[in-house]
Amino acid sequence: MSIDTEESSTLALGEINKYDFRTNTPTVFKARRGLDRDIVSQISEMKKEPAWMRDFRLKSLDIFNSKPMPKWGGNIGIDFQDIFYYLKPAEQQGKTWEEVPEEIKKTFDRLGIPEAERKFLSGVKAQFESEVVYGSLQEDLAKKGVIFTDTDTAVREHPDLLREYFGKIIPPTDNKFAALNSAVWSGGSFIYVPKGVSIEFPLQAYFRINAESMGQFERTLIIVDEGAHVHYVEGCTAPMYSTESLHSAVVEIVVKKHGRCRYTTIQNWANNIYNLVTKRALAYEGAMMEWIDGNLGSQLTMKYPAVYMMEPGARGEILSIAFATAGQHQDAGAKLVHAAPNTSGRIVSKSISKNGGRSSYRGLVRVEPGAKKSRSSVVCDALILDDISRSDTYPYIEIEEQDVSIGHEASVSKIGEEQLFYLKSRGLSEAEASTMIVGGFIEPLVKELPMEYAVEMNRLIELQMEGSVG
Amino acid sequence: MSERLEIKNVHVAVEGQEILKGVDLTIGRGEVHALMGPNGSGKSTLGYAIMGHPSYEVTEGSVELIDSDGTRHDILAMEPDVRARAGVFLAFQRPMAIPGVRLADFLRHSVTNVRNPDRKEGQELMPMRDFRSELKNKMQELSMDSDFARRYVNDGFSGGEMKRAEILQLAMLRPRFAILDETDSGLDADAVRLASESIARIGGAEMGILIITHHEQLLEHNIPLQTHVMLGGRIVESGGPELAAELHKQGYDRIRKAYPEAAAAEEAMEAERRLESATS
Repeated sequence: MSIDTEESSTLALGEINKYDFRTNTPTVFKARRGLDRDIVSQISEMKKEPAWMRDFRLKSLDIFNSKPMPKWGGNIGIDFQDIFYYLKPAEQQGKTWEEVPEEIKKTFDRLGIPEAERKFLSGVKAQFESEVVYGSLQEDLAKKGVIFTDTDTAVREHPDLLREYFGKIIPPTDNKFAALNSAVWSGGSFIYVPKGVSIEFPLQAYFRINAESMGQFERTLIIVDEGAHVHYVEGCTAPMYSTESLHSAVVEIVVKKHGRCRYTTIQNWANNIYNLVTKRALAYEGAMMEWIDGNLGSQLTMKYPAVYMMEPGARGEILSIAFATAGQHQDAGAKLVHAAPNTSGRIVSKSISKNGGRSSYRGLVRVEPGAKKSRSSVVCDALILDDISRSDTYPYIEIEEQDVSIGHEASVSKIGEEQLFYLKSRGLSEAEASTMIVGGFIEPLVKELPMEYAVEMNRLIELQMEGSVG
Repeated sequence: MSERLEIKNVHVAVEGQEILKGVDLTIGRGEVHALMGPNGSGKSTLGYAIMGHPSYEVTEGSVELIDSDGTRHDILAMEPDVRARAGVFLAFQRPMAIPGVRLADFLRHSVTNVRNPDRKEGQELMPMRDFRSELKNKMQELSMDSDFARRYVNDGFSGGEMKRAEILQLAMLRPRFAILDETDSGLDADAVRLASESIARIGGAEMGILIITHHEQLLEHNIPLQTHVMLGGRIVESGGPELAAELHKQGYDRIRKAYPEAAAAEEAMEAERRLESATS
């Protein structure tokens, strides 16, 4: 699958269309490539941000510039000066349905994505009209005191709440790409679930889907108050097509005493994308944090969702699926930090490599001194579909406490000839048989997904498997 | 002319070693044949070769499926899935586990393909409602618990459960010709009787069945038209049901004495296997 990346240079970058702009007084902002203090200040000014946020961005830019590129993970061949760091929705649009690559359209067909969503997802349309469908849900949530908005809006409307946590869980100093996101972030979701409030259905970005919520540098902050419960589903399984090649998000989550949060992502990026994401959650006393993270597509994904168990009884669970095919490197994994006694964590990672794709599991389990009776288990299974594909495991374990129980199991397998023959002897073609075996391999994770995502995930696997044999 | 599966002078090699040395056998649709013989004589090899296992190379001979109008289909030229769609079935002695794949999902694909031999990948499967009700009925007939179909294919199954799952597949796929490779092994006496009854009910006049077995119990409800004895990669003797009873009671000493050449071949094959397992 090849994606033409030339469109970005032919984007119409003229005057902004005032109807696409959300504030009442359109500011003239001329997008240009590159990253410097001017660009960062302009982004902040355009968004009419308070001084603290502008200063935060500028400081983050300095940190970004001072940090070297990571020396591990994958090869990152990015020219940071050749990227648009902020495009308004009108400019992101800039192309027609006809220009969307055939591969992407075919995938939409196979996934059965509705027409309106296709145009949005492929960047033809900047707004996805979802208000009608989800308006009543929004109202219900608001009555319970739940805040669910994009992060830009939250800076304006909930400044105190946001500022208490923003950049505190993942400070700009954490890593080079967290610093980059902190300097140029735009969009993302802000969620606050008040004490004791349990949201029964998964909250999805769909509720207020628009280009701003799914930008290149989105910034998400979720605060789950004491005893509250939320399941957030990010994005969707449709292929994310962007003319820009860098996606670098930051997701910060706080789960307070006895709260529960599950965060589900299935991402399927176009093959030109570098997907470099920092995700971290802090779980307090008796709280439960679960990450379910599926990574398909992109040329390089580096993503290691983390749970820091800060107080006794906190639990962290991370389920990760990666599928790497030709030209793709999935460097995915997880991080569990036991910072208090009686905390428990679990990592389950499943990766599939085919057609020369490379998937790596990179994970850290850390037990801080004093985190007695902590328990962690790591299981990572890799399935390699042919001789030219590759799978690596980089498990790091740092234990500074005696009284703990930590387990690690890893397995690498190939699709067995005997399994294939068995299925073929029952009338399944070789391709169907391989797809079925791969589907079975990831089934333990897929069954954790909300129904419609599970269905889409299975269809995606079928698509990825097409043409893999014979 | 009746429909039949015609095996002629079949030679099969595995990793260069010849296991079958010219097997002839014709099974008519509606007939039951029993294939007996000591371990390692080549019975399972015949099953794998007919189904098309990639490690079993047919070096000589032919396997053809012949329609009632006399049309001949060269089974050996087909991929295993095409053989299945043509109506050939092998119940495995040791079926493979496919973790994460539910028996019902697997069977729905399988049944759809076998009943619509021209189906292309990605085309519609058999409607869920029809499939479910058919599966439910078949499982009831076979005294199987309906939860069984929700389990992952052969994953963590007991020996008996695996064999019953194979019989369920036989019942759902209704092939023209079925080879049952020791479908009785690992079962207790009651389970063998149940299997025997089930196979008889499924088979009937619609199916040609080759039953590979060491015992006669499986044949209780499936009286073979012929019993064949394999030794050293050849069928050395054929007879009626009384031959199965004799072999079950008295073993293969008479056969080995009567066919010294085949017995020698068997010993040579056995020696080679021992050597291999000792050096590997």
